[in-house]
Amino acid sequence: MDLELSDEQKLIVDTVRKFVRNEIVSLEADLDPDGSELDPADHDRLVAQVKKMGFYGLDIPVAYGGPDVDIVTRTLMAIEMAQHRAGLYTPCYGVFGGAGLAQLFEANEDQKQRYLYPTLRGEKHGFFGLTEPSGGSDPARAIKTSAVKDGDDWVINGGKIFISGADKADYGIVFARTDSSKGREGITCFLVDADAPGFHVRRVVHTLRSTSYATELQFDNLRVSAANVLGEVNRGFGIANDRLSRQRIPYAAGCIGVAVKAQEMAISYANQRETFGDILASRQAIQWMIVDNEIDIRTSTWLTLAAAHKANRNESFRTEAAMAKLVASEAGGRVVDRAMQIHGGYGMTKDLPLERWYREIRIRRVGEGPSEVQRLIMARDLLGGSFH
Amino acid sequence: MKLHLEKPWLEFSAERVARLPGQMGVFQLADDAGRVVYIGFAGGKSLFGLRSELEKRLGSAPQFRYEVNNQYQTRWRELLMLHVGAHGAVPEMNGHEAVPKLGRLG
Repeated sequence: MDLELSDEQKLIVDTVRKFVRNEIVSLEADLDPDGSELDPADHDRLVAQVKKMGFYGLDIPVAYGGPDVDIVTRTLMAIEMAQHRAGLYTPCYGVFGGAGLAQLFEANEDQKQRYLYPTLRGEKHGFFGLTEPSGGSDPARAIKTSAVKDGDDWVINGGKIFISGADKADYGIVFARTDSSKGREGITCFLVDADAPGFHVRRVVHTLRSTSYATELQFDNLRVSAANVLGEVNRGFGIANDRLSRQRIPYAAGCIGVAVKAQEMAISYANQRETFGDILASRQAIQWMIVDNEIDIRTSTWLTLAAAHKANRNESFRTEAAMAKLVASEAGGRVVDRAMQIHGGYGMTKDLPLERWYREIRIRRVGEGPSEVQRLIMARDLLGGSFH
Repeated sequence: MKLHLEKPWLEFSAERVARLPGQMGVFQLADDAGRVVYIGFAGGKSLFGLRSELEKRLGSAPQFRYEVNNQYQTRWRELLMLHVGAHGAVPEMNGHEAVPKLGRLG
């Protein structure tokens, strides 16, 4: 596999890097250290700039008006876009746009008219409702929310937890059990309107990620038309699973981006901070931390680009994506931790972005499937079995 | 953690505020009847945390209460959402400032 960037990729990476450093980082200096939103005027100005650059709506397929950027290049861009304080969870404050819910591209034309196109126009916002209080790592078995057919409708009862954006959404993609006698073959995916009777946002769930919260949802006899079944009845798990695999590559890229920036800060500080008559960089303890950081960053980058290359060739990339996600999330945490250690007291303060990354990157070892589940996915592929 | 901020109201005086911690957190201001007129937060850019943020607003209301909370951004949004849910709008004094897009609870 050739990991050398093409001239076009080098140009794109350089363009995004300059955009992040010149436009995003400069605005961020005036924001709350835990902030996640730009001033609306700045946001609109930068969106216009991104559109002019031809990069707006990166995860939107070309057929729907998205830019023609392959997944390897998008991964390289995602690494750059994460290199600022809010970058791990809000890369470039969303000014690069995006569809968000890739499953909608698989919807039928009627559903696309009602949900996909308004979403692409920015008129509607959706959420992804999979995880339940009974568990998120094994959705095929953990989903207790039920959907029962009643005439032309389905009636949904149950709840979801750790759902981002549901309180502000117009609709959601919700997974419910439609056949209790089956595991993953008994789950159906529904498009649910958030203003429908029986849809409740029960509470805000506060996490380590202090800039943004998750929500807990409750469905009480929530009536959904049969026309809102996404895909086929009892075939919803495939939709969820496909999304989870695809998400792992940009998820890994975000961790790498933050690690790259933390390492850059650590090297800069080590070269200027003096202790006992010499700079920190002269100390072997510090040198080894810097080297270990670099090994973590390069390992994560190579594995993530390898996954992206396989996805780009339309080959199965499940094992590679799981490996990239596992390694990048764990390695990113170690890099940020070492960078904080090198910065000493300053590393603990809100003056620097390290403490925010430290909190947020911890979530990455659990989000989109914990490290242990990534190992299980790889074990299944390597050993050729499905284990319980 | 309780959803609503239910601590007793304190007299919003310079003496009281001077004894406040310099930590991050959220606070509410109220009129004499205990009607919430402002919900704010003290974040990472507040020089002396809750103390500085409340000092800035001395004289704008007779009562206040606060909660030390490192998750000040999400807690602030939660309190605003609860207020909108109960009263249909953000508190009067918040209406004069930029408020983020709020979700709905309930």
